[in-house]
Amino acid sequence: MNKKTFAAFVGPSVAMMLLFIALPLATVFMQSFHVTIPVTDTVEIETCTPGFAGQTCVTKIETRPVFDAAGNPTTTTKFVGFGSYQKVLRLGDAAAALAKSSWHDLMLIDFWKALRFTVTFTLITLPLVLGVGLAIALAVNNATKAMKGPIIFVSLLPFIITPVIGALSIRWLFIGDGILTAGLEWYLERDLSLFAQAWTLEILMLFYRVWHVAPFAFVVFYAGLQTVNQDTIESAIIDGASRFERLRFVIIPHIMPLVVFVSLIHLMDSYRVFEEIVGFSSQAHVISLQWLTYDLLSPDDSGNRSISRASASAMLTMLGIVLILAPLLRRTWQDFTKGRI
Amino acid sequence: MRTILKTALFAGAMSLLSGGASAACDFNNTSTVKSLSAGFEAWKAVTSAMAECGNVEAELDQEFRKKQPDAFAASPSLYHVGGVANSTAVPLIDAGTIRPLDDLVAKHGGQLKPNQLVRIDGKIMAIAMMVNAQHLMYRNDILSDLGIAEPQTYEQVLAAAEKIKAAGVVDYPLGGTFKSGWNLAEEFVNMYMGYDGEFFNSDLSPSINNANGVAALEMMKALSAYMDPEYLVSDSTYVQQQFQQGKIAMANLWASRAAAMDNADESQVVGKVTMSAAPTVAGGSTPASTLWWDGIVIASNISDADAENAFKVAMEGIDTEMVKANNDAAVWLVDGYEPTATAAGAFATASNGAKPYPASKQMSLMHTALGNGIAAFLTGEKGAAQALADIEADYTTAAKEAGVL
Repeated sequence: MNKKTFAAFVGPSVAMMLLFIALPLATVFMQSFHVTIPVTDTVEIETCTPGFAGQTCVTKIETRPVFDAAGNPTTTTKFVGFGSYQKVLRLGDAAAALAKSSWHDLMLIDFWKALRFTVTFTLITLPLVLGVGLAIALAVNNATKAMKGPIIFVSLLPFIITPVIGALSIRWLFIGDGILTAGLEWYLERDLSLFAQAWTLEILMLFYRVWHVAPFAFVVFYAGLQTVNQDTIESAIIDGASRFERLRFVIIPHIMPLVVFVSLIHLMDSYRVFEEIVGFSSQAHVISLQWLTYDLLSPDDSGNRSISRASASAMLTMLGIVLILAPLLRRTWQDFTKGRI
Repeated sequence: MRTILKTALFAGAMSLLSGGASAACDFNNTSTVKSLSAGFEAWKAVTSAMAECGNVEAELDQEFRKKQPDAFAASPSLYHVGGVANSTAVPLIDAGTIRPLDDLVAKHGGQLKPNQLVRIDGKIMAIAMMVNAQHLMYRNDILSDLGIAEPQTYEQVLAAAEKIKAAGVVDYPLGGTFKSGWNLAEEFVNMYMGYDGEFFNSDLSPSINNANGVAALEMMKALSAYMDPEYLVSDSTYVQQQFQQGKIAMANLWASRAAAMDNADESQVVGKVTMSAAPTVAGGSTPASTLWWDGIVIASNISDADAENAFKVAMEGIDTEMVKANNDAAVWLVDGYEPTATAAGAFATASNGAKPYPASKQMSLMHTALGNGIAAFLTGEKGAAQALADIEADYTTAAKEAGVL
């Protein structure tokens, strides 16, 4: 392909990426270093609100925005450097907690509490997703031809469901005296409240995520299994390799690039864990980094929102993803330069 | 109001209503009137009544509060009429995107009662149509069986809960809208008002970390001991269902939920739930509850003629005729409303002197900080004083960014 054709093919996609990925990212990056504050006056205002007998009037001190000549509220934007990052990270408090080597104190700071959950969630679901995905792929691969279609269809269902809807379905199965909680209570002959403490909620979230994402790993691995050289398998059988040895020494090395690929995608996705928090309304017990950003960004009843801190939190999440992907990316790069891919 | 606001993700329950003029409207509306409001029963009734005038496009959206500030700031405004509550009116008033209604009320608002006129700094900024408040609901059969008098104070609520627990007649003696976030913060606001607490100093710095704040938190913790252990995910709908399914005996629940107790289609306790005033606490005289209103505002960024027309249509929406047709949909302020037993709790709470929710920019910031910070005390991660100190710190950070401090 000559350079001109290449440019013509790649051009639109590069332009789109600049417009929809690079530009917003740069904006968020800029916003995380600036705070926009409305200019306000403090005034004493009487507010009369309805009651049944008559009105209740209260005089209290309120802030009122200052309007410019065109009648728009004025704001000032100032550069705060890493101020918003500091407000999110609260390094001073974190250092004090570490100095006391108090895990409990560290976990009282939102960011570190969210980081703890996000990282454990990501690292625990990864092997489970890979394992369950591979197990389903092997099972389907060994199933009789007539059964393959229906099994593949059923295995893919959890992946097709919109994440939030999936999380809500699991929530309704378990919350209060939901049907599965009631079933467990009957089986264990004791009262259960799965939404009342952090660890049960976390187990439900892990379960949900593995249930939801394993089909993706399954599809990728199943495709990989179709390309395993049957001659190699047969010679391994002749050499007396057991089923496990064939898996360990033939199949897994063959699909290793796919394992890396699924791991990369899964790490990226699960570090942004969010649907589970909203779906299970777990914010009293468990929060994630992405939820923290969302919470800072959501306007309250009076329209206040912390865009600068939300931007800082988003940049920190991105930094986290880069760090967690680094080992795998490094490995892929090494394989690439050595010509293995 | 927030009472029937479900998960944010179920947002967008939108419906467009429009229809030809009919006899129910006094005039034939010829220019388009658009409205954006919450989507609960009362707003459905009001916007349907407005639609009878013709050329009305009503958008009912539970996420209205996120859309309204920007939609009303556009020029011309994307909507003529807005449906707001105490707190959601604040950003519109602050931004100057809703107009004073004094002239229009003088011209077309003869039927309005004086207490419907929401005045801010002397100017009429909104027309209220209904009120809402959290108040005590209890199972009259259970309390009379156990010989418990109607609780007037939270101390009596706790004593009654202990007796009900001992008798083992329901799963949990109490229900509570303790869902972490807005609901939990509202419960604290109610309780703290019962202790006559002040949220701010005169310079708008926070003032909740005091004996009243600690006492309010301790009372909430004492109440939570009698609730379903999953109380931190329990919102208004959850508590309503606990009542309807006979799982709880008492709760401090929104007046707008009262009618559901006697809805035979979904309730197993028809006629067994009595509505009474919100309890007082610690020997105080103010009910531990806050009064909320819902009402109508008119955009600034539209022509005076459009505003007048929109106001006339809105008045048709909240007229006596509408209230007579939808008497039980809300606790109406409109002339012609016949209070029934379901409204008794809201009436008693208001007449016992419950204060209005102190809606303001700083209060919304405080509400958010409370909603995020109280759970850590209830789960035992923090002590009361530390939780309050952290909430004050969160408020201070947010208030500085919002230009309040």
